[in-house]
Amino acid sequence: MIRFESASKTYPDGTVAVDALDLVAPSGQITVLVGPSGCGKTTSLRMINRMIDATGGRILLDDQDVAKVEPAQLRRGIGYVIQHAGLFPHRTIIDNIASVPLMLGTSKKEARAGAMDLLDRVGLDQKFARRYPAQLSGGQQQRVGVARALAADPPVMLMDEPFSAVDPVVREQLQDEFLRLQSDLGKTIVFVTHDIDEAIKLGDQVAVLRVGGHLAQMATPAELLSNPVDDFVANFVGRDRGYRALGFEAVGQLPLEPEPTVSLESSFAEASKVATDGWVLVLDAGRHPQGWLAIADGPSAGSDSIDRGRLRRGGTVASVDGTYRAVLDAALSSPTGRGVVVGHDGTFAGTLNATQVVALIESRAGAAS
Amino acid sequence: MATGGAGEMIGQVFSWLTDSAHWRDTPLDTGITTQLLAHIKFSLIAVGIAGAIALPLGLFIGHTRRATFLVAGANALRSLPSVGLLVLLTVMIAPHFHGRTDVGFVIPTEIVLVLLAIPPILSNTYAGVDNVSPAVTDAARGMGMRGRQILFGVELPCSLPLIFSGIRSATLQVIATATIASFVPLGGLGRFIYDGLQQQDYPQMIGGGVLVAALALTADMLLALIQRLVVSRGISGRFSKSGGAAADAVDAAITRAEVAPV
Repeated sequence: MIRFESASKTYPDGTVAVDALDLVAPSGQITVLVGPSGCGKTTSLRMINRMIDATGGRILLDDQDVAKVEPAQLRRGIGYVIQHAGLFPHRTIIDNIASVPLMLGTSKKEARAGAMDLLDRVGLDQKFARRYPAQLSGGQQQRVGVARALAADPPVMLMDEPFSAVDPVVREQLQDEFLRLQSDLGKTIVFVTHDIDEAIKLGDQVAVLRVGGHLAQMATPAELLSNPVDDFVANFVGRDRGYRALGFEAVGQLPLEPEPTVSLESSFAEASKVATDGWVLVLDAGRHPQGWLAIADGPSAGSDSIDRGRLRRGGTVASVDGTYRAVLDAALSSPTGRGVVVGHDGTFAGTLNATQVVALIESRAGAAS
Repeated sequence: MATGGAGEMIGQVFSWLTDSAHWRDTPLDTGITTQLLAHIKFSLIAVGIAGAIALPLGLFIGHTRRATFLVAGANALRSLPSVGLLVLLTVMIAPHFHGRTDVGFVIPTEIVLVLLAIPPILSNTYAGVDNVSPAVTDAARGMGMRGRQILFGVELPCSLPLIFSGIRSATLQVIATATIASFVPLGGLGRFIYDGLQQQDYPQMIGGGVLVAALALTADMLLALIQRLVVSRGISGRFSKSGGAAADAVDAAITRAEVAPV
């Protein structure tokens, strides 16, 4: 557990970066510090491992005042992940990951074996072991950064905007894998971000800081969305709160409708025969949805086959155990109004339209009251 | 000069260089071999002393970001006229040494060469350490490395390419400038240039110049070789080809996995 007891940071020129912060980051959970730039979130994080020393109050790590521990010694017991990964460019991936164990005196062989396991854990092929950071993409480097922080198996991890320098698609995947990893490892994590969506997605609890280093609100993501404490938090949490809150609850049983489908190899004539409202859903050989075919678009030029280029791929696909938000989004983004839902293995399960999803949401609200 | 004249001159320089009599010492004349070794000795001493001063200093300034004015100060040394300084130092130092010794000439010469070699080594070492990405040093500090471990384990290996380029440019300058040792009565390849000029023996003068250039190129190639061996491939970017092809396949697979829709 990490406890801030009116911790402050005032610079010699009088700038107050953090002002008497009281905050508890419980063991085994992800606590996200979020706020606009200049709110002192990174300063607060860096005060935990004494990259910055607090000028007032104290910070306890499992009831031990960090100010009383020698900084280098303190840091070796805390995992640290930063925005641009900060991998050592002159060391191979495997040696980067093994850095802390080697420093702590683990034998080279043992440290490298552990590093190999971690490579797996963070979803990188073992072939990366002998490569150098410059040969990896930003997303891959960030995975290595996480693996390196985990190498000495520290109970506490500090993460300073670790996913903000990668593109949105990779970021989302890194976030998902991070959550999966955390559900295995149960570390005590303090995570800094400026992105409220990321905070809400990752945090077990979210601390919203305002400029000047004041804590505005500390709450679970669902509570933050449904009950922001003041205008600042409400504004920061942003619009679409009702819609985003739908992202926290899995729907459970979905009243799926059957939908006529054809395979990619079918002829256009077959497709037009089974189509409803001029649309038919096209699956590949493994029954994974490929897109909607509009009969009005016609067949491929000069043949009777389905023209893959004309498939409408804009609709998102929800999983059978997806959240209200995912299912509603699938319905809203589908060109036919019928949202595509797939099973756990990614094969087509059925469709659902927006009216049906909204009915589900309303019945949920009715049940709650 | 007419083309024929130039061709003739090249021929004469070539025969001066390839005449084995010129390479041996005689009672009257010192041969090329001896002067070449003397030239190498002057240069090695100068680069060695300059490195011993500038490398630790550059690492210290780069690591602590303190006393950066020293780098600017050293760069100002570059504007000193070498020959003028040599004459001045010789006049000041040589009279203190008597008898059959050339120490009174060696010291001024080495001082001039060391002053010439310090700026490139110092400023490149400083720049090398200064250029290490802040994210890298931040990560090193954050994982509990101490100052010395960061300096020698991270900052030094990362700045080696720039440090080497500093040493190489210092070496080139020292080898070229060491010819002025012959301006005060010392040996080295400059001997042939000054003697050739005075005796209007142009093949000898040009031959001396060619030898200096050849020595400088050889030294540079040698240093380039050492650099290749010492600098991590992760920094020089010379990734192995065989690993590279397999790597690309894996990269493609990973990229696909990362981009695949959920």
